[in-house]
Amino acid sequence: MSTSVEHLLAAKEIAIACGSGGVGKTTVAAALGTMAATHLGGRVLVLTVDPARRLASALGLEAFGNAETRVAPEAFAAVGLEPRGELWVAMLDTKQSWDDLVRRHAPDEKTRDAILANPLYTNITAKFVQSHDYIAMERLFEIHSSGRYDLVVVDTPPTRNALDFLDAPARMAEFFESRLLRWLTVPYRSRFVTLASRPFYQMADRILGTQFLQDIAEFFSLFQTMQRGFVARAKEVTRVLADRRTTFVVVSTLEAAPLDEAEFFMDALRARRLQLGALVLNRVLPPYLLDARATAAADVLRASADDLGADLAPLVDAPPARVSGVLTEVANSFSNFQVVAKREAEQRAELAGAPEVTVAVPYLDEDVHDLGGLARLGALLWG
Amino acid sequence: MSGSLLERRLLFVTGKGGVGKTTVSAALALLGARSGRRTLVCEVDAKGTLAAAYETGRLAFEPRQLEDRLFAMAMNTEDSLREYVGLQLRVPLLARVRPLARTLDFVATAAPGVREILTVGKLCYEVREEHYDLVVVDAVATGHIIGQLTAPQAIQELVHVGVVSDQTRWMRTILEDPVLTGLIIVTTTEEMPVVETIELASRVHDETKVELAAVVVNRVLPELFGRAEEDVFDRLRGAEPSARLRAEAGPGVHEVFDAAELAVSLRRRRTEYLAALRDALPPSLPMLFVPELFARATGMRATSQVASALAEELS
Repeated sequence: MSTSVEHLLAAKEIAIACGSGGVGKTTVAAALGTMAATHLGGRVLVLTVDPARRLASALGLEAFGNAETRVAPEAFAAVGLEPRGELWVAMLDTKQSWDDLVRRHAPDEKTRDAILANPLYTNITAKFVQSHDYIAMERLFEIHSSGRYDLVVVDTPPTRNALDFLDAPARMAEFFESRLLRWLTVPYRSRFVTLASRPFYQMADRILGTQFLQDIAEFFSLFQTMQRGFVARAKEVTRVLADRRTTFVVVSTLEAAPLDEAEFFMDALRARRLQLGALVLNRVLPPYLLDARATAAADVLRASADDLGADLAPLVDAPPARVSGVLTEVANSFSNFQVVAKREAEQRAELAGAPEVTVAVPYLDEDVHDLGGLARLGALLWG
Repeated sequence: MSGSLLERRLLFVTGKGGVGKTTVSAALALLGARSGRRTLVCEVDAKGTLAAAYETGRLAFEPRQLEDRLFAMAMNTEDSLREYVGLQLRVPLLARVRPLARTLDFVATAAPGVREILTVGKLCYEVREEHYDLVVVDAVATGHIIGQLTAPQAIQELVHVGVVSDQTRWMRTILEDPVLTGLIIVTTTEEMPVVETIELASRVHDETKVELAAVVVNRVLPELFGRAEEDVFDRLRGAEPSARLRAEAGPGVHEVFDAAELAVSLRRRRTEYLAALRDALPPSLPMLFVPELFARATGMRATSQVASALAEELS
């Protein structure tokens, strides 16, 4: 059992950062990758889905997109780091990745071109959401099995449901194996439609129109040529997720909604026998907000603001009223933030099923958008 | 300035995860109902957070009345399909629904726009049938909203004839009429939500014909002090005043000042993002500000506080 994020990552080949939107998942994934490359060595890849622009350009991502790109050693040197290993980064371009997948699995050039030109295919890959989940896992598998990296840190796509991407490979396999798929592609392959299924086709025809049905049938007939490759692949992807060398890092803030999602996700990981490696509680307010002496001091500042203002006015060269005004504001602001800090502490105390490695990261003074920032965040995560 | 917001019939509310999209949706619907409009609010993501915002039990596809004129539902594409088949196609035989549902499930996997259209279709239907004066949609997050709003377009490109093609036509007339329909983006004044809001605003303009009606800036931190006060604050942190304060208020005073410094730096950083946001958005676009509540509750108390803040902004 690992006792720190450092130990955890030293023993793993894939780390998947997950959690609800807006909790800093991408930044945490990038910080973990930076720390691993710096301190553990080897080749480390951060596969990110939707990086903040400034973070992306700081890492040299913008120009490279889907391609894996090495972060220049000079960029590390510029912020005073001497990495033992190499840090690589890549962004997930869904459309590009789907096209690559088709190119890999299509039996011949003609089929490949027909699929890439099919209107349904274009819509699925470019416009709609669910295909992102599968392709993220597929790309992860491809990268991992290539043996190019010692560690791959993945930032998961924003899903409607945190579990979507876990289930995506299995769903994809199921879909290609389904009898329904074969049934629907029948009218395209032969004019023969059984009496029993005729009302079914008539209804589908009335709702969707013949042309669309033909497009669908064509699409799936083409896709079926890749079925074996796809199913085998999807099963392998599922296997890699469950492998001992894979770990999940759940990221959350201490707000109610993300934390609920994190708990739900941790339960789901356990139920699927996937490995919950660490929980990162991000942007936690500083513990001094709960300090009893500070609370007492705030009370004094508020209660004797007038006296203190008069007393301190000559020292700070300002009118007493302004000084007491500032003291009152300072005390009130403390109390305001204390309300939030108390709620956070309570949420944390009630948190069930947190793994042994649970790290709280405080609010940082600066937003993270360069290697230096990632290293500072990483140091707080490392333990 | 933006009193007309609630005059629209269909409001989609989107935003990056974690910015308070659901709370703002719940608050807008509450405002709608309390200003005399028969209002339906619909949660699309089915995460149950809308129910939490009203402190009510689990919501279902069948709208439930929560208070005078306020109704809430949770979207479910299967139920939507069933209703669609029953109402729109006038297919009486329940037996036909099953194979149809399976077909659609299949088609939905192939062209997932079908799911989006069942969602958007149901909402447009409620507007067209005038079941409600106002429909507020707690829609999908910024990354997915374009796909949802353009689903009828996308489907039309794929399906040229048949019932579905006809259906998408009237949906578009509702969605693309700025008198009827508007999109609201919720953001906070943090880096990523602001960046996403700016990007989404331009994509909405370029890729959809739905009008962006307003941006709601949530959790705006109060300004602690003006420039003169800030100077005083800095000087109070000097050695001599610090020692005096420590003597009077005890050793904890240092942390109290640290907390104020944190508040000031958070506020300052966020002011920059807010300025960037204002600069990037069309000047005519209304921005509504909701202050930080300093209580991260998700219950009815928070919802009604946000509603009052919005009411003030809308008046």
